[in-house]
Amino acid sequence: MEQFLQQLTNGLAVGGIYALIALGYTMVYGVMKLINFAHGDLFTYGGYLGMTILGSLLLGDRLGAVGGVLVLAFLVMAAVAAMGVALERAAYRPLRDAPRLSAVVSALGASIFLQNALMLVYGARVQVYPESILPDAAIRFGGVYIPLIRIIVVATSVVMMLALYLFVQKTKIGTAIRAAAIDQGAARLMGIDVNRVITIVFVIGPALGGAAGLLVGLNYGQVNFTMGWIYGMKAFTAAILGGIGNIPGAMVGGLLLGVIEALAAAYLSVSWKDAFAFCVLILILIVRPTGLLGERVAEKV
Amino acid sequence: MSRKLLVGYLVAAAILAVSPFMMDAYELDVLNSVGLYALLALSLNLILGDAGLFNMGHAAFYAVGAYTAAILNTRFEIPILWALPICGLAAALFAALVARPVIHLRGDYLLIVTIGMGEIVRIALVNDVFGLTGGANGIFGIARPEIFGHRVKTPVDFFVLIWGAVAVTVFLFHRLEQSRFGRALNYLREDPVAAEGSGVNTARYKLVAFALGAGWAGMAGAIYAGKMRTISPESFNFWESVVLFLIVILGGAGSIPGVLLGSFLVVALPEMFRGFATARMLVFGLVMMVMMVVRREGLLPIRTVRFRTKDVKRAEAAPKDVKGAEVAR
Repeated sequence: MEQFLQQLTNGLAVGGIYALIALGYTMVYGVMKLINFAHGDLFTYGGYLGMTILGSLLLGDRLGAVGGVLVLAFLVMAAVAAMGVALERAAYRPLRDAPRLSAVVSALGASIFLQNALMLVYGARVQVYPESILPDAAIRFGGVYIPLIRIIVVATSVVMMLALYLFVQKTKIGTAIRAAAIDQGAARLMGIDVNRVITIVFVIGPALGGAAGLLVGLNYGQVNFTMGWIYGMKAFTAAILGGIGNIPGAMVGGLLLGVIEALAAAYLSVSWKDAFAFCVLILILIVRPTGLLGERVAEKV
Repeated sequence: MSRKLLVGYLVAAAILAVSPFMMDAYELDVLNSVGLYALLALSLNLILGDAGLFNMGHAAFYAVGAYTAAILNTRFEIPILWALPICGLAAALFAALVARPVIHLRGDYLLIVTIGMGEIVRIALVNDVFGLTGGANGIFGIARPEIFGHRVKTPVDFFVLIWGAVAVTVFLFHRLEQSRFGRALNYLREDPVAAEGSGVNTARYKLVAFALGAGWAGMAGAIYAGKMRTISPESFNFWESVVLFLIVILGGAGSIPGVLLGSFLVVALPEMFRGFATARMLVFGLVMMVMMVVRREGLLPIRTVRFRTKDVKRAEAAPKDVKGAEVAR
């Protein structure tokens, strides 16, 4: 039982990361019907930028733990959001009217480019975070051990998801995003600036992905340049699991996938851990392509 | 095949034929790699270019072929070249099995599923599935192939073997392209709904194309196993699939000469500029982005078939009693 609870909390923490990244996939897919393959790499950039800023600005010493983390998170999210917007301009906007699969190839190229650019700048080795800015606190609950950072991860992802959900449902810009997601042409005729909507989506998604990268860096204390690929694939699986294009779905899918993975690794086999996530992905696409919460019927053909 | 293309092939063949006399062992080895990638990319082209199925797990089928060859060779001492058809069959069967439930998925979803499938295969190989694959170290001690008692071992021998296989493949795939099967694939790539409406069984054609391409990759895998003599899961990782995908996209999806050119550019060019070795993938990524914006159809794009007046007249003069029942089945 103790082991089960421990694995459950571990799974929820990893799932929170997946959920944060999945929100970016789901936003972009919702509006552009494009799998943004480079999203996982933007997440990696979040981790690396966090490391660099933390190491060079000494935020912890100047602002204390809470202020330092908040400023750090803001800087990382802003920087990654700027990269997201630049990515959209360079790789996706010229292909807006092209067949969708051309955009997919371009996205894949962007992913490879970003990943290798990072490798050329930082080197291929694993990069270690400087002395953690967060206090080394943890909660003990019976025999279950929950470090502070894991609680922050889950809390951040839940808060971000709720904020995003309210933003999309209640604000005027959110309404425009939903309209563009349903029919770009009609939205344009209603006076919605679809280009601006897409830019906003490429601010929000990468910002959340960057935050997730920072959280991974703070949690594990290290980052490597290929981590975006595996996290990206799993977050995409999470988005599909919850129903792509659906914001609460990304959250549910992320947490669920994290828990499934942790439990499968604990009770079945650690070395097959990554294979379980891919099996979940393939099964869900075969059995229920709309995902758990997806209302949109998958396009036939 | 147009006359221009034929001349192009003859010139390329002539250059290749003299290259063993002009090149040192290293350069020849690079050329052999180009040939192997050309074989693999041609097989992927059948799936990605002709049928339009986004398959980014092609390395998995390559791996199935290579491992089948290695296991048959090291455990049962079956010579590599005799094992070739079995390897192709194994890979084709495997592809048909895994593709059957997912083949109807839309392009980008199929892409994700094939990536996942490729990773599952790699993880299975690393974990020594069935106790046959030797785990992360792979299998070593594979015997060299033999042709009529002649042991294939020098780069020149392999050059003949590999480029001979490429020549056969190019010939067969050009024939396939012109056949009923090939035309049906092109039709369903351009417009699946219209193809289905015209009586093309799209699901079956897609599946057959998938299995055929995979089987060909499996045979290439067997040749690879015979050439390297040791194989390990890392030779069949995700990036292999990406490189093959890039070759097809860069050269021109569906275009056989394009794929050959693509193999040369992607495999041989980085060898010429060794200094940029670490930046290889960076350039590939950039090329993928730029190609999609600037020249979506690839460097040597597929040429749509135009019938000559002569052929049209011949078709009109042909006897009318052709059986047209096949469509109505």
